[in-house]
Amino acid sequence: MAGNATDYIKHHLTHATVPHDGGFWAINIDTFSVSLVLGFIFLFVFTRVAKTFSMENPGRLQLFIEMIVEMVANQVKDVFHAKSAVIAPLALTIFVWVFLMNTMDLLPVDLLPYIAQLIGEHVFGADPHHVYLRVVPSADVNATFAMSLSVMFCIIGFSIKAKGLGGYIHELFSAPFGPKVGPINFVFQIIELLAKPISLALRLFGNMYAGELIFILIALLPFWAQWLLGAPWAIFHILIITLQAFVFMMLTIVYLSLAVEDH
Amino acid sequence: MDINATLLGQAITFAILVWFTMKFVWPPLTNMMDERAKRIADGLAAAERGKQDLEQASKRVEEQIRQAKQQATELVMAAEKRANQIIEEAKQAAKVEGEKIITDARAEIGQEVQRAKEALRAQVADITVAGAEKILRREIDAAKHADLLASIKAEL
Repeated sequence: MAGNATDYIKHHLTHATVPHDGGFWAINIDTFSVSLVLGFIFLFVFTRVAKTFSMENPGRLQLFIEMIVEMVANQVKDVFHAKSAVIAPLALTIFVWVFLMNTMDLLPVDLLPYIAQLIGEHVFGADPHHVYLRVVPSADVNATFAMSLSVMFCIIGFSIKAKGLGGYIHELFSAPFGPKVGPINFVFQIIELLAKPISLALRLFGNMYAGELIFILIALLPFWAQWLLGAPWAIFHILIITLQAFVFMMLTIVYLSLAVEDH
Repeated sequence: MDINATLLGQAITFAILVWFTMKFVWPPLTNMMDERAKRIADGLAAAERGKQDLEQASKRVEEQIRQAKQQATELVMAAEKRANQIIEEAKQAAKVEGEKIITDARAEIGQEVQRAKEALRAQVADITVAGAEKILRREIDAAKHADLLASIKAEL
């Protein structure tokens, strides 16, 4: 633990960015690599289960995976009535990936950063105070906005596919107040369109950022008192990480089903 | 909370994950789950059919057993009837035979009696003739009274 609480918190909330000085073209390699690894874990486990799928004698892992797939399939079936080969895999990816990214919050806040500092110091000869690592990708706006903006493009794509380009543009100018006040409709539609990814991204980001921050604050307590707050918060957080992953998935399905339906 | 190029990287990662899931994860998993659901449904239907078949079969078996029992009863009854009939016939035959034997015996006895009577009569006649001869020898010449004697003999 760093001597100074402010420094400690700041250190924990700084991304490992390349290049260091930032700017738009910098990349948070911690967010990027952690989420990439988690994504590969997701794909690896699921393809493995798909490869070794047993009809008669499913193992526990297979049943668990099936449970998730079934849950996603049911949600999609209940909400999304059009035919689409994309939406269910999209929803599954969102759910599992967000869940895994959120789960990183349950690791001890100092574990991976400390290991990173050791590696940075001894392998790369860096100053440990300047080795940063934030392990929760979903507490990074870049990750959440990357997903929510992708969802927004999917919304646009689904709308165009369902109604045709002309139909979609017509809808942008004619709903919800009728074609007489076209521009006002357009403004409303754009606000509605943009509000979706922003709310999606910020909801997830806010929850995970707050959760991470509270874990960091708890880590500032003396070690014998940490469990008192840390355990209840971690248990509560199990609910939050699952719920946030579910909410992100669910809202994605809802938005996409709205996109293909007529207003 | 800086937006930077990480967003693009994340979006690309996300797209790849979704693409991969769409290609290699979702279809095989759901296909196989559907397949299994179908298999289970088929299995249950087959089990139901089997149950019905079994019920029908046991009904048929019961029916057959009932018929067999009935046939057996009929057979036994017929056999008993036939046995009685045979016994009756045998009795009848025995009776007839017996009567025949008795009749034959009677006829034989009659013949025997007749023969005995015949013999007796002949002897009696002889004895009578002999007696009469002895009585009459003194008075009757056999040669003289031959025809008389013969007529007497014939009358006896």
